[in-house]
Amino acid sequence: MSQTQPLPKSGALLSIENVETYYGNIRALSGVSVHADAGEIVTLIGANGAGKSTLMMTIFGMPRARTGRVMFDGRDITQMPTHEIARLRIAQSPEGRRIFPRMTVQENLQMGASLDNLEFYDEDVRKVFELFPRLKERINQRGGTLSGGEQQMLAIGRALMARPRLLLLDEPSLGLAPLIIKHIFEAIKELNRSTGLTVFLVEQNAFGALKLADRGYVMVNGIVTMSGSSKDLLANPEVRAAYLEGGRH
Amino acid sequence: MADIQASGQDSVYLKATKEAVFAGLIAFGLFFLVVGFRTDQNINNELVLVQRWGLLAIFVAVAAIGRFIFAAFITPSRERAKLAKSKVSAAARADRRSLKATVSRFGLALLFIYPFLVILILALINFAATGQWAFQSGVQGSLKYVDNFGIQILIYVMLAWGLNIVVGLAGLLDLGYVAFYAVGAYSYALLSTHFGLSFWLLLPMAGIFAAMWGIVLGFPVLRLRGDYLAIVTLAFGEIIRLVLINWTVVTKGTFGVSGIAKATLFGIPFTTGPTGFAATFGLPNSGVYYKIFLYYLILFLALLTAWVTIRLRRMPIGRAWEALREDEIACRSLGINTTTTKLTAFATGAMFGGFAGSFFAARQGFVSPESFVFLESAIILAIVVLGGMGSLIGIAIAAAVMIGGTELLRELEFLKLIFGNDFTPELYRMLLFGLAMIVVMVWKPRGFVGNREPSAFLHERKMISSEFTKEGHG
Repeated sequence: MSQTQPLPKSGALLSIENVETYYGNIRALSGVSVHADAGEIVTLIGANGAGKSTLMMTIFGMPRARTGRVMFDGRDITQMPTHEIARLRIAQSPEGRRIFPRMTVQENLQMGASLDNLEFYDEDVRKVFELFPRLKERINQRGGTLSGGEQQMLAIGRALMARPRLLLLDEPSLGLAPLIIKHIFEAIKELNRSTGLTVFLVEQNAFGALKLADRGYVMVNGIVTMSGSSKDLLANPEVRAAYLEGGRH
Repeated sequence: MADIQASGQDSVYLKATKEAVFAGLIAFGLFFLVVGFRTDQNINNELVLVQRWGLLAIFVAVAAIGRFIFAAFITPSRERAKLAKSKVSAAARADRRSLKATVSRFGLALLFIYPFLVILILALINFAATGQWAFQSGVQGSLKYVDNFGIQILIYVMLAWGLNIVVGLAGLLDLGYVAFYAVGAYSYALLSTHFGLSFWLLLPMAGIFAAMWGIVLGFPVLRLRGDYLAIVTLAFGEIIRLVLINWTVVTKGTFGVSGIAKATLFGIPFTTGPTGFAATFGLPNSGVYYKIFLYYLILFLALLTAWVTIRLRRMPIGRAWEALREDEIACRSLGINTTTTKLTAFATGAMFGGFAGSFFAARQGFVSPESFVFLESAIILAIVVLGGMGSLIGIAIAAAVMIGGTELLRELEFLKLIFGNDFTPELYRMLLFGLAMIVVMVWKPRGFVGNREPSAFLHERKMISSEFTKEGHG
């Protein structure tokens, strides 16, 4: 948590309590407890297959947590249908981006704004274009014809169009050039600073993610093994050995 | 330069020759036993082996030569065309789009005057042949063209446009669409014969019944996608047909329901009596008025389908259908209720199937389970796929080619002059249907109109398109 800049504390916006998730009979998450306060950037780092994406999708109920609770803004959303969870203003840029490839950039962004029936579309799309000017150039181009970085921008932009209170980002840096990663991370920071948006960031790129975030969790084989402020984690010898040395951008 | 080109040409021929030899070998291996030998009975009822090397040679030669032509000429020319197409500027593309709009407007106008155009042309032909104006003969002769071509094609256009909502927009592969057609047809047939209700009342009711069945089908298949969905919908189509066959108390089984009332024009029946259409308007008695009326009715219903589809595509629900086709998980996490989205797609598609069904019953005056076999579903789906999923114009063209083409084959009596009197062109309809499908799929793998037209544009399109060329920053 950032000490220099006091944040309005209204308890945890998102809290995941002792969650266990299964794929069939295989346990993917065991006893995971994670929380994010309003206005924070929280990151979850870990290797391939640690269960990071599973945790993110569990928040959305795809798949559902078998035990434990997922609380958002004081409400239990563990068993809530996915589309209703989205209506609580939780938006995500999912693993693999999942943009609509045959629809244009504009149509993709409109899909993001469909919760409000495009009521704030013009206003919000301007903000997204300020953040990612590249998307404006591509507005009538099909999503599938964008480059990887542009698709990532579109996925984040589409999530922002839903006017989220909590933004979930799954590996926004995956497969992108360092320059674009930097741009996207800067954009996330800017959003958080200017609007107080709460961000939950899942990343393999541990160094970049911890630099960006206020707090972090480390996940190994479906268990949270470490947590703390980003500064502490960055200094932690175990974390350095496992995720940072040699992997620095 | 010329040398390089010539040697490139040589290597193409060499490659084509290799492929041809290979294709010939495969054909030989495949047909050696199947075609090369034939078991026959001789006079003593003994089984003898007839050798047919000539026929086998023809098979092999066709495969080899066909492969050679394809590899040496067709593939390179298609690649050249593709290269040329990618160089076409944005302006030329815009030109083509406006041309397309003009063509489709022209086509629409043609559809509206089609019956009268046919009458006029036939009268002119008659005039040229006999030297006297006999308008009545043109009217009588037009019956076949309005009925077999006009109405028949438009029914399939409408069915394919209806199925397009389910398959093309929402991406739900439905192999049992004919079930909704059957529900519509039987709704009209039974309610009109038992309760004497009028066509105009039963038309919307048939649509509502079919939509209800669409929801009934939709519920159990909500969690299914792709092949699994296809199998269940296929089974649903068969179940409806089997119920129609076996529930004899109500549906009269395979005998079907006959004597179904005709549709009326604002209460004016198409009969020969004094209150009939011909008498009311002081026209000579003829069956052609009803056909022309039916033509405009199905044209109206088909255009209604198209209009609703176009409107829905611009509305949140249509957008949600398309997003559902692209990515269901992304849809859900954007707050779209995929359950209702799927059910509305099934219901809307089924409703148009129901409309078409009640029209079919009114046109035929007779319905039986024979008309609602799986082949019908397959043909409708084939039209949607050939036309390019989601494209209304492409689907209309595909329906015209497929249905019009098979109808046309009934007319090809002159082929008897070439192939001898034993030749019956009707028997080859389905063969040609299949051949046409293969050709289209090779030539245009995504259908006649394979590109999805976006339903939302930013108006500064021109400015943007010039900026497409800007590359390499960020």
